[in-house]
Amino acid sequence: MDLNTVADVIPARTRADLAVLGPTVAPLAGGSALYGEPQHHLTAIVDLLTMGWPSLTVTADGLEIAATCTLAELSRLPQQPGWAAQHAFFECCTALYGSFKVWNVATVGGNLSAALPAGPMTSLTSALDGEALVWRADGSDERMPVTRFITGNKTTVLEPGDVLRSITVPLESLLSRVAFRKIALSPLGRSGAVLLGRRSPAGAFVLTVTAGTVRPLQLRYETLPAAAQLAADVLAITEWFTDAHGAADWRRSVSALLAAEILEELA
Amino acid sequence: MKFDVNGETLEVSPRAGQSLRTLLRDNEHFEVKKGCDTGDCGACSVLVDGTPIHSCVYPAHRVAGRAVTTVAGLGTPEDLHPVQQRFVDAAGFQCGFCTAGMVVTASTLTDADPADLPRLMKGNLCRCTGYRAINDALHGVANVAKPGCAGRTAGAGSPAASGAGCAGHDGSGCLGPTPVIRSVGTSVRAPAGARIVTGQERYTLDLAMPGVLHLVVLRSPHAHARITSIDTAAAVALEGVAAVFTHENVPQTLFSTARHQNRTEDPDDTLILDSVVRFRGQRVAVVVAESLSIAEEACRLLDVTYHVLPANFDPSRAQEPGIPALHADKDSHVSRIADPARNLVAELHGEYGDLAKGLAAADVTVSGTWQTARISASALETHGTVGWLDDDGRLVLRTSSQVPFLVQTEIARIFDLELDRVRVFTTRVGGGFGGKQEIQTEDLVTLAVLATGRPVQYEMTRTDELTVVPCRHPMRTSVTLGATRDGRLTAVHVEVLSDTGAYGNHGPGTMFHGCAESVSLYNSPNKRVDAEAVYTNNMPSGAFRGYGLGQVIFGIESAMDDLAIALGMNPFDLRRLNAVGPNDPLVITHVEGDDLVFGGSYGLDQVLDLAQSALERGNGVSAPEGSAWKVGEGMATAMIATIPPRGHFAEASVTLGPDGVYTLSVGTAEFGNGTTTVHSQLAATALNTEPALLVIRQSDTDVVPYDTGAFGSAGTVVAGKAVLAAATALALKLRESVAALTGIPVEEWMLESDGLRSSDRFVPLAEVAAFAAPAATAALTPETVSIPGGRARVVATPDGITSTGEHDGAQRSLAFNVHAFRVAVNTGTGEIRILQSVHGADAGFVINPEQCRGQVEGGIAQGLGTAMFEELVIGDDGEVLTSVLRNYHLPSIADLPVTEVYFAETTDGLGPFGAKSMSESPYNPVPAALANAVRDAIGVRPHELPISRDRVWRLLHG
Repeated sequence: MDLNTVADVIPARTRADLAVLGPTVAPLAGGSALYGEPQHHLTAIVDLLTMGWPSLTVTADGLEIAATCTLAELSRLPQQPGWAAQHAFFECCTALYGSFKVWNVATVGGNLSAALPAGPMTSLTSALDGEALVWRADGSDERMPVTRFITGNKTTVLEPGDVLRSITVPLESLLSRVAFRKIALSPLGRSGAVLLGRRSPAGAFVLTVTAGTVRPLQLRYETLPAAAQLAADVLAITEWFTDAHGAADWRRSVSALLAAEILEELA
Repeated sequence: MKFDVNGETLEVSPRAGQSLRTLLRDNEHFEVKKGCDTGDCGACSVLVDGTPIHSCVYPAHRVAGRAVTTVAGLGTPEDLHPVQQRFVDAAGFQCGFCTAGMVVTASTLTDADPADLPRLMKGNLCRCTGYRAINDALHGVANVAKPGCAGRTAGAGSPAASGAGCAGHDGSGCLGPTPVIRSVGTSVRAPAGARIVTGQERYTLDLAMPGVLHLVVLRSPHAHARITSIDTAAAVALEGVAAVFTHENVPQTLFSTARHQNRTEDPDDTLILDSVVRFRGQRVAVVVAESLSIAEEACRLLDVTYHVLPANFDPSRAQEPGIPALHADKDSHVSRIADPARNLVAELHGEYGDLAKGLAAADVTVSGTWQTARISASALETHGTVGWLDDDGRLVLRTSSQVPFLVQTEIARIFDLELDRVRVFTTRVGGGFGGKQEIQTEDLVTLAVLATGRPVQYEMTRTDELTVVPCRHPMRTSVTLGATRDGRLTAVHVEVLSDTGAYGNHGPGTMFHGCAESVSLYNSPNKRVDAEAVYTNNMPSGAFRGYGLGQVIFGIESAMDDLAIALGMNPFDLRRLNAVGPNDPLVITHVEGDDLVFGGSYGLDQVLDLAQSALERGNGVSAPEGSAWKVGEGMATAMIATIPPRGHFAEASVTLGPDGVYTLSVGTAEFGNGTTTVHSQLAATALNTEPALLVIRQSDTDVVPYDTGAFGSAGTVVAGKAVLAAATALALKLRESVAALTGIPVEEWMLESDGLRSSDRFVPLAEVAAFAAPAATAALTPETVSIPGGRARVVATPDGITSTGEHDGAQRSLAFNVHAFRVAVNTGTGEIRILQSVHGADAGFVINPEQCRGQVEGGIAQGLGTAMFEELVIGDDGEVLTSVLRNYHLPSIADLPVTEVYFAETTDGLGPFGAKSMSESPYNPVPAALANAVRDAIGVRPHELPISRDRVWRLLHG
């Protein structure tokens, strides 16, 4: 929709151009979130796409995903040798409520910064132990796990003026086997619960619970847990929530079922 | 900046923060639609450098130097893109408002894996079709006849699929002209099809109106409050503001936003702007300004103080002492509110026979209480009006309405204008479903046009549609049934509590209709109905497909299922045993009046047989593997009157112009209901011509004298009768004229598409028109021509011969629908998979099988939305929490099964060519049928809609 209070669109070319960001000046990435709801508090927007950040950079240590990388680009990354986890890129994109046309514009950073519990890039990057790089308004850099970047339902560590620059995914996660499960109140609807399991080459198992909880939560095990143990641990989570996409008690229960399926797949 | 649209370079300066959608529309690319403005519905889809995007969430400044392709750039009506051709051939649209975005998206998917299409198309929502026809378009399946070529009628027992055959009724095919062109009964394509798939069809706001002002409404943040002051000074002073309205400067005439033939059917409880707000989101003030942006800013400058009042959101408490009486300031008789002191809008309490005796005589009794949800009609085109004064100073409203004539009369009443000083018309309307049987925008536009003298536009947002536009009445239905051991009903007790919300529009009507054909469907010597509709501080409820019946039927048909279980009886047989037969009286709380008859077309027995045999035959689809899946079957039945009660009037005319071209003029609106196609088929059949050769003018108070409007499924059986009368009389008159011209007796003349033929003469239509036309000075005296079953007025003028027919809808018939499901339910997650969906529809003679099938499927789709997904959720303070489409789940292509649709073979004595209405009624049995199937699968009865996965799970584990 038109953002009628916005009087200026500022193309950013250097980090210094971001200095104008603040409570009434927001960063713009793909636009599908920003233009998707009223933003009457904004007077200007700063376009991040003109920063020209490379979307995806494969390094010896893993993958760096620019905040401005679109879901479409992420989903189409050519298969990298040995990256057993890569199928989850596409799978997590399919968990986006928006259509494949939204993938063409929506960005990984935008999805994380919106911090909706159902944000599938939150699911993906937290499940892969991704690390967020935040450009603080004061010019400093801060790195933190994605699980700490997201602080709650639509809240993050970002303060006015801060920008999420990138997500770095460690190679070990990419080499791990990953299983993905999603459920919603309709076949392809907005996620009620998204769970990913990851089993590292060394055998450690991590279950990441998202969409049904207000923020991503992880259960970590040195080796594959017993089914009963995993179920008990999922059911012990307390941060389930209720909205139009599912009741908290249902989300808790089906998350335990999905966790069991993931355990079976990765056994 | 510069960018290309469909090969043409535009040099424009987009506003900062503007979306591509409005930039394109500002440049008259009206083919780019607004359905949601939040990136959810896909109606605005375009290609940017070949990549499909949702233009409403695409920053306009980003298209600099790029090439944009809209649906109009893919093809033209004369030269369709292959995907556009597929949508035409499949009849892959009804209202057509979503079609531009559908086609653009589908044009990028021609190489896609067919199995992946549900995912790829999930971001294109259609509210009309139920997606089967769209899926056919995606797969290249043709469903309609080529122009000039008759189709095949689906008969009893055969699925109504593939009506696209090309055989004439006489089997001669379409190789040459046939002596008799009988287009009724064939799947003629919609006349607007090629324009719709290319984005050329114009909808309400698809026009560039120079100097138009924009209107924005300030809405209440409180569910119940008295406005103590509104300071408008800052808003008025803002440059570009043309007018500001509050409750202090608007007419003080009470009205109802609901429109009916008889305006007294709805309570007069509404003001254009009121000093008391009774629901969150109610209008508080209105700003009219040079741009939307200025109007929005001015709204933010309005300083309103409220005295907040206690609010009640619970209909079951509405009549308790101490609960605020929302309309206590109104007179019961003047405003027609049953009891304003206790929030009672309408009530029905009556008994037939002796309920207590009936229950005492029962061997088996069942009872339960069922609750339906608040459902949004959600037509893809939001409500909107553009109004102006014409050269004569007359008010003109171009509006998204199902009822232009009823809007005209009420606007004239509210503003104290002569009727002939108000013209109301619609273009093609982007969906209605009852939601546009309302005045939601026209009063404000009228207010602003009259005050400013300038053109004014008001377009509601999707959030408006989901939070303030009237929704389906939520109803609580308690049912007690008594029956003998062999299954005969001895007692039926139905109690209904309907939440009409803050205003009573359609409150009485939906309550009475809800308790009508649902109760009279079954014979029982003893019946009692206790129904009440009450005010609450919730958003207003209104009209929506089925008009109350679906809600009450959910309760009654669920109870009938419980009775069948208690008796150990097949549910189809229980209906056969107890349903009214063609010779039974219709009883609600007394025997109904003789305006309602079976019309010689009783088809319930057939649709029960058709649905049951289809279910027994199966379709080869089995449940997913695993012990968590349980399979069940369920069915439900519905009956509906073919026309609303107490009169539904239509006038229609057919003119043969001096050029030999027929013009068909009808008053009723086209919003995807397909009546334009049906009317052209009726007229063409009477005139023995091709429907495509008719010029059609419609839904304009200037075009015909009167039409009650497009609701109550009346388009075919009321306006259609008027059209048929007009065309039939004209055909007779033309044969008389040519007989007078040639001296060859009338009986020897036969109409053909371009003239009249006798054994050895042919006279072109233009020659007949010229002969019949009087000299310009001749007195014009209409002649009444009698035809079988009616009459019409025929008058010859220098402009042609015009025949006008009319119909009053006084006699009404009955139609039947049976739906059945086989489902698998996952007991772990609550997921319901529909394995088989079958529907028997008793539509009388089916005038256009493909269109009628589409109406049935559309009703089923909305029924499944109600049954499984849709719910407007209201928070503790009256705020609607599901205010955008991503939180209010309209069914997508991935959500709905293909339903086997079977038509009964009946012929009605009242409708044109034996047709009955078939538009609202398919919705009505669906939620109950699904609930009954789920009950059969899991052994636990759902009592609440929607039967969402979390609710199913809680039935089992809660």
